[in-house]
Amino acid sequence: MRSCHWRDLGRINYAEAFELQRAVAGRRKRGEIPDQFLIVEHPHTITLGRNGHMENLLAREEILERAGVAFHPTDRGGDITYHGPGQIVGYPIMDLREWKRDVVAYVRSLEQVIIDALADFGVEAGRIPSMTGVWVDGAKIAAIGVHISRWVTSHGFALNVSTDLSYFQYIVPCGLVKPVTSMSVLDAGAPRENVIERLVFHFGRVFECDMAQASANIETGELIYD
Amino acid sequence: MTDVVMPQMGESIVEGTLTKWRKKPGEHVERDEPLFEISTDKVDTEIPSPAAGTLAEVLVEEGKTVGINTVVARIDESGGNGARAAAPAKPAAAPPHSPPVAAAPVPTPPPQAPVSEPAEAAGPLSPLVRKMARENNIDLSQITGTGAGGRITKQDVEAYLAGRQGTPGRASAPPVQEPAAYVPPAAATPARVRVEPMSTMRMKIAEHMVMSKRTSAHVTTIHKVDMTKVARVRERLKADFQTRYGLSLTYLPFVVRAAVEGLRAFPIVNASIEGNNILYHNEINIGIAVALENGLIVPVIRNADEKNVLGLQRAIADLAARARSRQLKPDEVQGGTFSITNFGTFGSIVATPIINQPQVAILGVGSVEKTPVVIDDAIAIRSICYLSLTFDHRLIDGSLGDQFTGKVKAVLENWSEEVL
Repeated sequence: MRSCHWRDLGRINYAEAFELQRAVAGRRKRGEIPDQFLIVEHPHTITLGRNGHMENLLAREEILERAGVAFHPTDRGGDITYHGPGQIVGYPIMDLREWKRDVVAYVRSLEQVIIDALADFGVEAGRIPSMTGVWVDGAKIAAIGVHISRWVTSHGFALNVSTDLSYFQYIVPCGLVKPVTSMSVLDAGAPRENVIERLVFHFGRVFECDMAQASANIETGELIYD
Repeated sequence: MTDVVMPQMGESIVEGTLTKWRKKPGEHVERDEPLFEISTDKVDTEIPSPAAGTLAEVLVEEGKTVGINTVVARIDESGGNGARAAAPAKPAAAPPHSPPVAAAPVPTPPPQAPVSEPAEAAGPLSPLVRKMARENNIDLSQITGTGAGGRITKQDVEAYLAGRQGTPGRASAPPVQEPAAYVPPAAATPARVRVEPMSTMRMKIAEHMVMSKRTSAHVTTIHKVDMTKVARVRERLKADFQTRYGLSLTYLPFVVRAAVEGLRAFPIVNASIEGNNILYHNEINIGIAVALENGLIVPVIRNADEKNVLGLQRAIADLAARARSRQLKPDEVQGGTFSITNFGTFGSIVATPIINQPQVAILGVGSVEKTPVVIDDAIAIRSICYLSLTFDHRLIDGSLGDQFTGKVKAVLENWSEEVL
């Protein structure tokens, strides 16, 4: 069975996580490390995908800046989204050649991981055809946006656990005029670690790999590979 | 010629949208270098070039969706031949006697921006190393890492910096493809520019300023105002203001107060344009431009017509302080119907401000200076200030602009109001 390292890097700003992903993806492409599943939380940030539309940003940027919300254009698929405290952001850095050379199957599987993890907390989540992401009664609970280079994935998903949903007022999430929700709103609030534990479990199951917890050097932020 | 096709990115996938070409026709591409990007269902994928050579033809434009295995481009391998071709000059075309420098006015690929690619080559970088690179403007790809797995350490960066001070220029740099033509041969000089991305605020300001100039027909009219009466009131009350309210009393609230009178008398100056309609605003919300360390913001005094000079001074001090500590709420910078900018603070006597869209006018306040003036054929020393009104000539005619400014001037010159 393939092995996959996972680690919870805690709160880390978007630009830093972006560079970290690039570096890790670079090493993954060169075959120096196995698949990685990075889990982070971002401070208030709005990101715009490569094919996103600025008009889905409802607030002018200086207003965001004053509200303490950073803004980053980025290179993942998908439109605009919000990241912030109370959200679990997962960045799998996987070489799909060793799993399935199929980007759609990859996205559907990411959705499955989240759907299964939510079920463990009593949340019945599912898909809406042609609207990537995870939905509960027509409201989006997790967003997905992925970048692939030489079959190596980066970016991933953002699951609202106890996210302050009022920050979504600044955007039209993913360009869709659909409501957003969170586990807390659905009375299924849970500690971050517990949700991560279930996500990691289902990640290993769905992608058929051995999940090994790895750590990061707290001082330098460098990842430690075994 | 090698055909480049739309790849199949999964079993169920029958087509893909080509979102971006990374190379232009005529440019050189290495094998495995990202050539274009495609998008399928929230996944963006970079597609590497199947061969090295010159991108001869692009058959599918950005934004088009095509079936898998459709030929999207052709690569001519004869020119590149895998050689790193610093300048892809055709050897045959260069006359044998010509000096090597002049030989290559052939379309060279544009210089790769020397930013943003460092992490890839050297493995993960610690935040410290990244910070040092940023602060010292170092291209990390030029540093050989000595840490685990070739990782760049703090010591490596320090060593590089020490070396750089000794030998100015990019001693160990790989041949950077400068546009060959006008560069003098001794190109090993220190970088002449420092590249720094704009902050989002700066980008927003830039966009707004140009948009405003494009939108409105800017005209500026300048009136000379005798502020002597106001100066006397201010002198008399300054100390009292400081002790009773902890506020220093400036000229600005007087000007705001006078502008309110002007806006009441000429509501069109407090209007905006929407399509072919004129929107007359029933509220008078005055934006006050506040300079920040690296930008500016225009917080709004709401219902400015309901405040006296004390209330205005208090609002100005509060908004300015919170603007500088970035604690304004979103609705405190929205909904302005007219703006005032006080460049006099910085020593300017006259300036021509840019309208804060979608408003139609902005009042600029120059510095108040004691000036000799002629009154009834006698020379007197008066406190003089120039007010400049920039207005949108689409909506406001010159005479009206001057009537408005004249009204503001009259209120200031004949100041009679209690300020408390």
